[in-house]
Amino acid sequence: MQTSEEFELSRRGVLAGGAASVATVTLVPIGTAAAAAPAAKSPPTAKVAFEVNGKKRELELDTRTSLLDALREHLHLTGTKKGCDHGQCGACTVIVDGRRINSCLTLAVMHEGDKITTIEGLGTPDKMHAMQDAFVTHDGYQCGYCTPGQICSAVAVLDEIKAGIPSHVTADLGAAPAVTKVELRERMSGNICRCGAYSNIIDAITDVAGVKA
Amino acid sequence: MKSFTYERVDSAAAATAAFARMPGARFIAGGTNLLDLMKLEIETPQHLIDVSRLALDKIEATAEGGLRIGAMVRNTDLASDARVRRDYGLLTRALVAGASGQLRNKATTAGNLLQRTRCPYFYDTNQPCNKRKPGSGCAAIGGFNRLHAVVGASDACIATHPSDMAVAMRALDAAIETVDAAGKARAIPIAEFYRAPGKTPHLETVLAPGELITAVTLPKPVGGTHIYHKVRDRASYAFALIAVGVIVQRDGTGRVALGGVGYKPWRVEAAEAALPRGAKGVADGLLAGAKTTHENAYKLPLVERTLAGVLAQAKG
Ligand SMILES: Cc1cc2nc3c(=O)[nH]c(=O)nc-3n(C[C@H](O)[C@H](O)[C@H](O)COP(=O)(O)OP(=O)(O)OC[C@H]3O[C@@H](n4cnc5c(N)ncnc54)[C@H](O)[C@@H]3O)c2cc1C
Ligand code: SF4
Ligand code: FES
Ligand code: FES
Repeated sequence: MQTSEEFELSRRGVLAGGAASVATVTLVPIGTAAAAAPAAKSPPTAKVAFEVNGKKRELELDTRTSLLDALREHLHLTGTKKGCDHGQCGACTVIVDGRRINSCLTLAVMHEGDKITTIEGLGTPDKMHAMQDAFVTHDGYQCGYCTPGQICSAVAVLDEIKAGIPSHVTADLGAAPAVTKVELRERMSGNICRCGAYSNIIDAITDVAGVKA
Repeated sequence: MKSFTYERVDSAAAATAAFARMPGARFIAGGTNLLDLMKLEIETPQHLIDVSRLALDKIEATAEGGLRIGAMVRNTDLASDARVRRDYGLLTRALVAGASGQLRNKATTAGNLLQRTRCPYFYDTNQPCNKRKPGSGCAAIGGFNRLHAVVGASDACIATHPSDMAVAMRALDAAIETVDAAGKARAIPIAEFYRAPGKTPHLETVLAPGELITAVTLPKPVGGTHIYHKVRDRASYAFALIAVGVIVQRDGTGRVALGGVGYKPWRVEAAEAALPRGAKGVADGLLAGAKTTHENAYKLPLVERTLAGVLAQAKG
């Protein structure tokens, strides 16, 4: 990933290189300079203000910036990971206004006024969230790359069950869903673990939920 | 991703007016499909109109005894609504069979209906694809087409519509309410909403450019047993190979809609008369005129057997 400063630098580099190469050839195709001009126009930006882990943040961003890139590249909260950048892996899961979402498939500028919680906001190394603690106790990871997303997702999943949100495996739509391993597995399916730590992840979540194994 | 300007609007009128000002614009709701496609430069809007905060986020009772679902109601909220769970269980079942918890928290009712195909060649910009680039050809015909359509396809495109929610909406006779830039409102029955690919597979619905979906209405509940059976390569977080949605009454009559077989949720009302006599006749009617490849021919027996299983389940 490039930061906006790196982007500026590389673009200047490209333009300078272009001018130099033009100087060495005798026949300059007419229109080359004009054709290059629009590319130099800086891309549109927009301002956005939101709260991340309880702190107010204001940014002016290239409109294309995903919430994930805003967190990682601009706010340097690198706990949230980029796996696929296409909604297919869950590594980028964060909690926005109490709901888990894939931060890679949403624009930062669409989050005006929102309250965002990342793995850094759930707990700290000396004061871990119960879910972070349980992942450590149960060895709910190997390489750890998917872990921040797994933990944010797991915290939200327990809230979703509490709120009565049904899942694909909820047998009776008229009844409140229960905290079972089958429910947790289905609800956690949006978080892929390339290392296959799934069974320990489920143990960690059931531990926090107070479910017997 | 190509750069774009961005604006957030606070009313449907402001949304359509913004489009009238910027004809190259697109509405963005949950963003889970549009941004995915913009990253790959399959979609390249110059301007985004953010409709995600429009006050179209409520589910209300209609005078006719049905429901009006705001276009911006999130898939999670629609699936969880007590009235939907009680009276339109098929819709909840279809919704929770789709995507992941994270995605359903963002995905909206309108965005879900308008999500684009998952044909791998549509996604691969190095390949010919008439839907992505009209006139370039179709790499799926003669390519990997295990996921592709068996009914309603054309020589130009054999893509399927990937929505689970739309299958339930079709069985429930939903209608799509819209408003255009001139402020004119209309309601489009879902049966007439999606366009057959024909020679123009890039045109997918009957919506005019800039026409905004405001709501989806459901007629009053029809009772019966509601079952949605999605067959996929993994148990969760995967698109359908095929899906069968049914509403079966005590006397064995009912409705059937299929997912994963065509460019739209597939329902043939005339075929439903055979329901009390089992799956075979209904499947034959639904899939009449099917055209398969050696890779997707499995879908025909799979539909019939899944329907048979679902009907047995409905009997209890
Ligand atoms: C990894 C992954 C797995 C998935 N699995 C499934 C699955 O198994 N089953 C399934 O059904 N879906 C699945 N989905 C797709 C998901 O359901 C859609 O991405 C989602 O429903 C789109 O809704 P949205 O609000 O995010 O749409 P957006 O991305 O915001 O918009 C989609 C389209 O609708 C247009 N639009 C949005 N709102 C309006 C409006 N009010 N009026 C007019 N036009 C509008 C936009 O311009 C855009 O063209 C999956 C997606 C991903 C990324
Ligand atoms: S099936 Fe349709 S979407 Fe797929 S490559 Fe052919 S034209 Fe494109
Ligand atoms: S990085 Fe967002 S889902 Fe993979
Ligand atoms: S711990 Fe390595 S991907 Fe999950």
